[in-house]
Amino acid sequence: MREITYRDALREALSEEMQKDETVFLLGEDIGRCWEGAFKVTKGLAEKFGDERVRDTPISESAIVGAAVGAAITGMHPIVEIMFGDLTTLAMDQIANQAAKIRYMFGGQVEVPLVVRTPFGGGVNIAAHHSQSLEAWFMHIPGLLVALPSTPYDAKGLLKTAIRGGDPVMFCEHKLLYPIKGLIPDEDYTVPFGVAEVRSEGKDVTIFATSFMIHKALEAARMLKKEGVSVEVMDPRTLVPLDKAKLISSVQKTGRLVIVSEGCKTAGVTAEIAAVVAEEAIDYLDAPIKRVAEPDTPIPFSPPLERYVLPNEKRIIKAVREII
Amino acid sequence: MDKAKMVKIYRKMLEIRFFEEKVFELYGQNLVPGTIHLYAGQEAVAVGVCENLREDDYIVSTHRGHGHCIAKGAKLDKTMAEILGKKTGYCKGKGGSMHIADFSIGMLGATAVVGAGLPIATGAGLSIKLRGTDQVVACFFGDGASNQGTFHEAINIAAIWKLPVLFVCENNLYAMGTCQTQVMLLKDIAKRASAYGIPGVSVNGNNVLDIFEVAQEAGKRARNHEGPTLIECKTYRHKGHSRFDPATYRPKEEVKAWLEQDPLHQFKKWLLEAGNVETTYLDQIEKQVITAIESAVKFAKDSPYPDPHEALEDVHAEWR
Ligand SMILES: Cc1ncc(C[n+]2csc(CCOP(=O)(O)OP(=O)(O)O)c2C)c(N)n1
Ligand SMILES: [Mg+2]
Repeated sequence: MREITYRDALREALSEEMQKDETVFLLGEDIGRCWEGAFKVTKGLAEKFGDERVRDTPISESAIVGAAVGAAITGMHPIVEIMFGDLTTLAMDQIANQAAKIRYMFGGQVEVPLVVRTPFGGGVNIAAHHSQSLEAWFMHIPGLLVALPSTPYDAKGLLKTAIRGGDPVMFCEHKLLYPIKGLIPDEDYTVPFGVAEVRSEGKDVTIFATSFMIHKALEAARMLKKEGVSVEVMDPRTLVPLDKAKLISSVQKTGRLVIVSEGCKTAGVTAEIAAVVAEEAIDYLDAPIKRVAEPDTPIPFSPPLERYVLPNEKRIIKAVREII
Repeated sequence: MDKAKMVKIYRKMLEIRFFEEKVFELYGQNLVPGTIHLYAGQEAVAVGVCENLREDDYIVSTHRGHGHCIAKGAKLDKTMAEILGKKTGYCKGKGGSMHIADFSIGMLGATAVVGAGLPIATGAGLSIKLRGTDQVVACFFGDGASNQGTFHEAINIAAIWKLPVLFVCENNLYAMGTCQTQVMLLKDIAKRASAYGIPGVSVNGNNVLDIFEVAQEAGKRARNHEGPTLIECKTYRHKGHSRFDPATYRPKEEVKAWLEQDPLHQFKKWLLEAGNVETTYLDQIEKQVITAIESAVKFAKDSPYPDPHEALEDVHAEWR
C-alpha cells in the first residue's frame, strides 16, 4: 500500500488506462502542457502521452462533450474534463439528450463509452457559478451512471471501472478532496459501481453521505461517539447504480437515517434517498428521516454566507440529535 | 476631443490601475476571499468604450470585470466592498469579484460563465429596440469566449434584428494558459463579423484614443438602428490569469514587449507631448485617485460582513 492524494490517484487511473488502451484519450480546457488542468489532475500526462491524446480544447463545453460522444460511438474511449461542475450545464444537451439516450434510442446497437470528469462543491468562496453540486441532475437522466468518489482509493478504482465500461459516466469529483491523502494498493485494482462502503460501523443511526460530505459525516460520528451515540456512516460511492440493499440493511439495523449531501434540498440527492427508504424500509424506521443539504439558494460568495448554506458536521450532529 | 474629456479618460484608467494594484495587495493580506482576475493592462478597452456611453446605456461584463465597472461609473467603495465580501458591497456580498453589478448605472452584471454575457447583451439590445429608446449596449468578453457557441448565436441574432450592441472582444491572447493560436486559425477575431454580415474592426487595444474612435463609430451605428459591430481590441493582461497563476506559459520577450506598450503610460506620454497637459496637473490627478482608492479601501475594510441568514434572501421576487 502507498499513501497518495486524491488528485494523484485520479492521475494514476488515467495514466494506467491510457497506457493499456490506445483508444483512451483526454480532452478538455487547459488540461495540456501549459496549465495541466485547473486542479492539476492531468499534470505530466501531455508530456507522457503527447498532445494528440491529451487534447487542449477551445472554451466550447457543448462541442467538447459532443465530440467525445461522436468519438465514443466510433471506437474511441474519450475522457472529458469539464473545468467546473457548474459548466456541465453548457453541455447538457450532449450529456442528457445525446450521450444518455443514444444506446437506448438506437435499440442497443451501440455503446457510449464516455467519462465526463468534473469537480463540484463549495467551500472556496468562488460564488454562484463555480460552487454548485449538480449530481442530482444526472441521476434524473436514464442512461447516465453517476460516481462520486470520496477517497483516493475510490477515485482511482472507480475511474478505472468507468473507463473500462461501455456507458456514459458522470464522474463527480470535489474541489476540496483533491489534496486529501489515502492508502491505495500497489497492484492494479478496480472498484465496482453500485457497491456501497460502510466507512464506520454503528448501531444507533445511519448517516448516508456522499463525496466530501463523507468526511464531515465521519467527523460528526467521532464527536457523537464521545456522547455515546454509535453512528454508521454509509458511502454509496455511486449514486447510479445505487446500492439499495446495503442502505436498507443498515437502516434495518439502526432504525434511524440522516442523509447528507451538498446540492439543494429540493428534488436533490437527499430527496431520492429518503424516498427509497420510505418506500422500501419504512417499517424499520423508529424516527423521521432527516436531511442535511443546502437550502434552496444559489451559493453566495461572502464567507459567512457560504458557511451558512453549506452542510457541515455541526448541522449533521444537530440532525442526529433531533432523532436520537 | 476636448482637454477635460482627455483628462477624464486618464483619470479613469488610473483609477482602474491603482484599484487593481490595491486588490492585489489586499489579496496578499488575505482580505479578499476566493480568487481574482485583474484588469491591469487592459484599461484602455473599458475606458475607451465606456467614454462613449451615457449613464442609461448598458454594459455586460465578465470574470475580469473590475475595470468595466469602474469605467461605467461604479463607485469605488461599493465595488471594493463587494470584492471583500462585505454587506455594503454592490451585491451585499453575494456576488464577489466575479459578479459585480450596478443596475442604477446600466451595469447589467458580470458573469463568470465564459461567453454567457453575449446573449444577455443581445437581449438588452432587443429590449431597447422594443421599448423604442436610443440606448446602446456594450458587451465585453475575451478571446476565449469567442469560441463558445453563444458568441456566434448571439451575434447572429443581434445582426438579423439590427440590435444596438457593441460586441467588444478583449483579445489578450490567452484564455488561462491557452494561447489564441492553439484554439483558432484566424488571427483577427474581428474577421468573424463577416460571417454574420456586420462590420468587424480590429484595433490596438492599448491605445485608448483608437478604441474611443472605433467605439464612437459603432455607437453611432447602433443608435441609428443600423445594428451591431464586433470590435476586437488587441491587448494583454499584465498579471497571470488569476491570483496564483505565475503565467509561465507566456514567453518572456512577449511579456516584455507588451509591458513596454502599457496603455496607461502611452496615454500619459501622449497627453504630455501632444495633448498639451501639464505634468503637475497629472500629478495632482494621481494624488486624487490615490486618495479616492484609499478611502474606498477604508470603507470596505470597515464595513461589516453580511449576517449569515441573509444567504436566504433575494432568491425570489416579492409576490405582486
Ligand atoms: C463556460 C466556462 N468555461 C470555462 C471556464 C473557466 N474559465 C474561467 S476564465 C477562462 C478563460 C477565459 O478566457 P478569455 O475569454 O480569453 O478571458 P480572459 O480571462 O483572458 O479575460 C476559463 C477557461 C468558465 N468560467 N466558464
Ligand atoms: Mg483572453
